[in-house]
Amino acid sequence: MAYDLKDVVANKPSRFTEGHRMCAGCGAPVVGRMIMRALKPEDHAVVTNATGCMEVSTFIYPYTAWTDSFIHTAFECAGATASGTEAAYKAMKRQGKLPADKDTKFIAFGGDGGTYDIGLQSLSGAMERGHDMVYVCYDNGAYMNTGIQRSSATPQFADTTTSPAGKVIPGKMQPRKDLAKIMVGHHIPYVAQTLAMTNFKDLYEKSEKAFYTEGAAFLNVLAPCPRGWGYPTEDLMKINKLAADTCYWPLYEVVDGKYKITYKPAKKLPIEEFLRPQKRFRHMFKEGNEWMIEEFQKEVDARWQELLDLEEITNR
Amino acid sequence: MSIRERLSGNEATAIAMKQINPDVVAAFPITPSTEIPQYFSTFVANGDVDTEFVAVESEHSAMSATIGASAAGGRAMTATSANGLSLMWEMIYIASSLRLPIVMALVNRAVSGPLNIHNDHSDAMGVRDAGWIMLFSENNQEAYDNMLMAHRIAEHKDVLLPVMVCQDGFITSHSIENIELENDEDVKKFVGEYKPQHYLLNADEPIAVGPLDLQGYLFEHKAQQADAMRAAKNVIKEVSADFEKWTGRKYDFFEEYKLSDAEVAIVCMNSTAGTTKAVVDDLREKGVKAGLLKVRMYRPFPAEEIAEALSHLKAVAVLDKSDSLNAAGGALFEDVTSAMYVNERYVPMVNYVYGIGGRDTTEKQLESVFLDLVEIAQVQNVDNPYRYLGLRKGEN
Repeated sequence: MAYDLKDVVANKPSRFTEGHRMCAGCGAPVVGRMIMRALKPEDHAVVTNATGCMEVSTFIYPYTAWTDSFIHTAFECAGATASGTEAAYKAMKRQGKLPADKDTKFIAFGGDGGTYDIGLQSLSGAMERGHDMVYVCYDNGAYMNTGIQRSSATPQFADTTTSPAGKVIPGKMQPRKDLAKIMVGHHIPYVAQTLAMTNFKDLYEKSEKAFYTEGAAFLNVLAPCPRGWGYPTEDLMKINKLAADTCYWPLYEVVDGKYKITYKPAKKLPIEEFLRPQKRFRHMFKEGNEWMIEEFQKEVDARWQELLDLEEITNR
Repeated sequence: MSIRERLSGNEATAIAMKQINPDVVAAFPITPSTEIPQYFSTFVANGDVDTEFVAVESEHSAMSATIGASAAGGRAMTATSANGLSLMWEMIYIASSLRLPIVMALVNRAVSGPLNIHNDHSDAMGVRDAGWIMLFSENNQEAYDNMLMAHRIAEHKDVLLPVMVCQDGFITSHSIENIELENDEDVKKFVGEYKPQHYLLNADEPIAVGPLDLQGYLFEHKAQQADAMRAAKNVIKEVSADFEKWTGRKYDFFEEYKLSDAEVAIVCMNSTAGTTKAVVDDLREKGVKAGLLKVRMYRPFPAEEIAEALSHLKAVAVLDKSDSLNAAGGALFEDVTSAMYVNERYVPMVNYVYGIGGRDTTEKQLESVFLDLVEIAQVQNVDNPYRYLGLRKGEN
């Protein structure tokens, strides 16, 4: 059946429910809720969450916003914690300690801090060992939970509280890490990059594939942060669309090593369109800083071209 | 019927784990505990167990995966030493706070730095207040026996705390000794089937584990952990009594060796107790009324019972195989002296830090401790309670 947003929202339960305390205009709960909707309603899920905005806003004792089983242990170990839950499932299922007719799916959520940085080792281990799980990085491009500190996912020149745009150093000087590519290097069956755009089709379908592909799967999902990025809360979906249309955040998937770009903008917009509405890039638009925008554009273009090349090469 | 064997402490531990047949073992190699996951992965590879073995990429992940597995509803185990435990440290506290009955073999080794792979107790002492039950083992038999009892203690409804079974790296982990093993069926019966009350994999009752626990709740939750630790004393007593009924091998909170009529005594843990017993026997023949109190259950700490057991002595030496570097004394010394004070018992006490980084501890050295005690007993005065044993002179 073709994807129908109305049908999904009306007929599939929201397993990440209302009552959580994430900010208005935050991208994380929007993608989290849609990803969870991609589960078959009859399947049980064990959700692991790294410490971060999502965890501290959705499970404040004694309340939880999750209708599935949920575990949080610490910041850097969502990959390993989820590994353990999945290993127990395998062993217990094998021994007949769990009902044979009921499936449980394993999913881990981590922000970019808990995934690109402090949790990278744990994630790498879990992916390499091939646990049957989905790891979702909701990437908001900085340590937002502790107050907007730079991470290795922070884009170049962004103003953060530990890479402030100062008189001598104009923001974060290094380009961001390409995590999806690192995951592709693990030779796992499914890697995808996506975001919440238009009718959520790309996000939903990739989540569904990730859940129902046997083995380790990784989703890198852009999750804008109004406080850290400096955009009006109502503009979340606009920012997402601009990220895709400028090719700042290309939408693609890698299935068994084959790249497929799932969204090629009819007209690739200049990167200023994405940068201008965000306060964290404000200094780039000051007179004399045109070189920063040029450099940023070059980086985006090179990465986009590389992706086009990879798509061609891996499908030859 | 017991089976007579010759095994190292690591082999004995691995065999206990095989007989327990846990759902998940997640471990990372580190000397001197490496052999435990090594032997165990052979059992997995040969289909001798039903366990899922997770060969994690670090000890932090070993404990994280063990926590995940235990919260999921499985019986989960791991093994480590020294720096491995240091890397786990964050997760050690999380394991106990989530009230997960994980069992870990800790093969004691000096914590870096500088790097040293040999035995002392600095690894265990670093987590002594982390909410784990800690059992110490004099030899491979005790390491095996403590392991067989560990799940019964950890999983008891009044406890639900993780258990650490300690033994001395190389000294017992790699030395082959005679041992009595129990047969698989009897072990299975004694350990019993694990039936978790609430667990992640129960689709009929989804649960959330590991919340943000703020000012209104954390204090009470910590107090519940403390209550469980107090309750563990009774459970350990009961399980040890059942174990004795089954195997004939008796375990208590601590072992008293020729203590009841002793005038001077050493308090220590793990393999040094074996050497001390030989010295006690020797001194008894020479007319010195020497004795030993070997602590088996270090956490919960049997403060009242130890104070009572030491109260009749004229002088006591507490041996710490880890220096607390606090200008006051070792951890075991401070625990024992506070136990005495709070229970209003006064006996002159002296602390010896010994065996650091695997420094050999000889019968002669232990005899010198007893002779110091005889002198202290006469003058009833300790001028320097914080001493070293076996340290080369002029280099400290």
